[in-house]
Amino acid sequence: MSETVKDRVLSRGGDWDFDLLRSYDREIASIAKEFGLDTYPNQIEVIASEQMLDAYASVGLPISYTHWSYGKEFIRNEEAYRRGMRGLAYELVINSDPCIAYLMEDNSMPMQALVIAHACYGHNSFFKGNYLFKQWTSADAIVDYMVFARKYIFECEQKYGIDRVEETLDACHALMDHGVDRYHRPSPLSAQDELRRQHERAEHARKQFDDIWRTLPRKEKQGDDDAPAEAANFPPEPQENLLYFIEKYSPTLETWQREIVRIVRKLAQYFYPQGMTKVMNEGWATFWHYTLLNTLYDRGLVDDGFMFEILQSHTNVVMQPGFDHPAYSGINPYALGFAMFRDLRRICESPDAEDRAWFPDIAGRDWREVLDFAMRNYKDESFIAQYLSPKLIREFHLFAIADQAKNDFVEVAAIHNDEGYRDVRRLLSRQYNRDILVPDIQVLRYEHMGDRSLLLRYTRLRDRPLTDDAKEVLKHLSKLWGFTVSMEVFDEREGVVDRIDVNPAR
Amino acid sequence: MSMIIDRRLNDRNKNATNRARFIRRYKSQLKRSVADVVAERSITDMGRGGEVGIPVKDISEPKFRIGQGGDREMVHPGNHSFSPGDRIAKPQGGGEGEGGDGQGEGGEGQDNFMFTLSKEEFMNLFFDDLELPRLARNVLGDAKQFTFRRAGYTPSGVPSNLSVRRSLQNAMARKIALAAPLKRELRELEERGADPQEIQDLKDRIDRIPFLDEYDLRFRHKVKEPKPISRAVMFCLMDVSASMSEQKKDLAKRFFTLLYLFLNRKYEHVELVFIRHTSNAEEVDEHAFFHDPQTGGTVVMSALNLAEDIIQDRYAPDQWNIYGAQVSDGDAFGSDPQRSAAKLRDDILPHCRYYAYVEVPDNASSITPLGAAYSQIHSENFAVAKVMGRRDVYPVLRELFQREAA
Repeated sequence: MSETVKDRVLSRGGDWDFDLLRSYDREIASIAKEFGLDTYPNQIEVIASEQMLDAYASVGLPISYTHWSYGKEFIRNEEAYRRGMRGLAYELVINSDPCIAYLMEDNSMPMQALVIAHACYGHNSFFKGNYLFKQWTSADAIVDYMVFARKYIFECEQKYGIDRVEETLDACHALMDHGVDRYHRPSPLSAQDELRRQHERAEHARKQFDDIWRTLPRKEKQGDDDAPAEAANFPPEPQENLLYFIEKYSPTLETWQREIVRIVRKLAQYFYPQGMTKVMNEGWATFWHYTLLNTLYDRGLVDDGFMFEILQSHTNVVMQPGFDHPAYSGINPYALGFAMFRDLRRICESPDAEDRAWFPDIAGRDWREVLDFAMRNYKDESFIAQYLSPKLIREFHLFAIADQAKNDFVEVAAIHNDEGYRDVRRLLSRQYNRDILVPDIQVLRYEHMGDRSLLLRYTRLRDRPLTDDAKEVLKHLSKLWGFTVSMEVFDEREGVVDRIDVNPAR
Repeated sequence: MSMIIDRRLNDRNKNATNRARFIRRYKSQLKRSVADVVAERSITDMGRGGEVGIPVKDISEPKFRIGQGGDREMVHPGNHSFSPGDRIAKPQGGGEGEGGDGQGEGGEGQDNFMFTLSKEEFMNLFFDDLELPRLARNVLGDAKQFTFRRAGYTPSGVPSNLSVRRSLQNAMARKIALAAPLKRELRELEERGADPQEIQDLKDRIDRIPFLDEYDLRFRHKVKEPKPISRAVMFCLMDVSASMSEQKKDLAKRFFTLLYLFLNRKYEHVELVFIRHTSNAEEVDEHAFFHDPQTGGTVVMSALNLAEDIIQDRYAPDQWNIYGAQVSDGDAFGSDPQRSAAKLRDDILPHCRYYAYVEVPDNASSITPLGAAYSQIHSENFAVAKVMGRRDVYPVLRELFQREAA
């Protein structure tokens, strides 16, 4: 190794300090810029391991409202960590503007560099570029909004008691997966607007309040001329955003409870894109830490020891155990995502005949453009459907298993051969469809002119039942609704096959 | 340009409230768990945290989920031998479900969500079980470790406590004080144009005033705040004749524990003496005290005699604070209760700081011979109570706690 190369090495060994962090960040940032990564500004926070445990518990937000379930999460992680059953994640990154990333103080310098590359330039550019994040989250407002939510819920606890707030939150959390508008873009978050809106509502209620009305004898509602036809079925179209429907139409919720429903709904909205892009997001970040750090190495800015540590850690992250391995727990999103982005680059840079046949429009093009386009415009489901190549199916030895209720065996449906590629790809892509992960449950009817009961419909896909939890969730829902809540199970072939009714507890 | 912030000094316990909420929500389950720990644990160990468990199903959060059954396809990696159309028998019981994130509720696949309560959380649940009022908690809760309080400065001390500023201030004051008259004299001499030798001598004298002298030194003075000064011994007397059931012994244990905790806060060093008796008394260790079954009659006097002997032998009343706690179901025969009461009143109580008698009768309304005899004793340091359940345990000690809290 020549003297000039040696001189350029930023550091040796594992120790880090703040100056070193800065110089690594500067180098990584300039390489990221060369590759055209567009990021939010970074806010890198160095924390201790206990603080990492804290950050875990509140689902990765720097601040959240108080709830027992976060305490449970915290205790679970702390116990696991204390008993040595699990290490801590090296990093945590928050989809916010500026993008907040946590570095743990126990990490060595190479690990810090890895985290900076992975989180501050990988995830960060994904948050900023991917269409789902652009549409569903307001990165610049989330932290302020959570400050507002925390304060609001704290005030509710003071006014209405911890138990009532907890009950409302429990019910909302149970329905959190069903609090997302998937088809129209939500209005952007703003803590200040929220606050103002709330004041207006409260003020309006106060002005309208006139106790004397209560003393008047109730008149029967006059005439049915108010749209009897519409009353026959409300809502006119089934609604899939249960939390939104509750917030707007629940006959019994008080104003503050509606606000809490709204807060949980906004939170669900914020996390929605993350669930839809696990493979892409992790794959993208892993691809970039790998690429950026290798470039550092190629330019002689880091030494062999640094690279060994990086590669060791990187290899662990992208390991994909086979289905019969004791450590197998499904497909590792890091492994699949990383492999796919690497493969895309390969298809662009050195396509073979198969690639030209499968991906004629990208084979041989500029890989940076192709990757950037993929990152911006896809989610896991479509990304896999579009870009999973036969080569990767072979490398992963992917195979599909068909499991039918009527058989006492499962059947191998497709493997990595010519006949199987498209099937495997289609089935794997479907596995990331949200409808497979979250059951399709919609509000079918609200008897707003009758007994005020609410009817939901679970549209059953291929005979897949709900777990027994469903009844508990309905109980929660009936607490928010205040009247009878029912759910029918609808099968496309057989029609309504089952029905659960839950009456409110009071 | 990225901003790099050192947050390591920020608050580390952001989740304390969430944790407290969790414990609050599952209090009844946790209390049961704590009760189990209390039963197993030695009295002297009681003031520690402890591991407790809650059934996992109690803490799970429901969600609409798609369950087992129906038709589905799953894609897995790592095929090494399958061909299309191969059939594999379905795995019995369970199967993989939706694959994916493998985040089971509750660690290590146990039925219980196990975690460790801190000492404070543990004691709080224990106290809740006894319906201990806040006042008593405060008495028990304030761990009297000797905190150092700053109390000005002192002229002597260890070097590490040296206050440089104070010492130099003193030195400066001393130098000014000593030099001022000399300087005035010097000025006068110079004005007068006196003998240069004289002036030089005076200048030398001023120069000889030391920069720092031993009595300039000031040390930060720290005083130890209420330090538990002395030692105590606690006599636990219990009737272990056949009529004392396990449940009664459990009550007894809680009572002894509470008293022990109280003494442990108050005194630097607490010794426990366990005396059990049937028709004769013996000193035993804690395990035997609570767990070895004994049969035989009941002679209370024997235990009191033994206690007195032990006091004479090992715990001179002028050197030890003596506390007594006696538990019995109240059975006593013949002249034994009267003689025992007299013995207690005349020979033991005068040496004791406090003596509590707890009766665990089968029947709340009955008057037992021993209870009747003891109720004749009137002393500030003596308490008698009937205990039927856990909540009755604390009131026995109420007076003691109140006195100490005041």
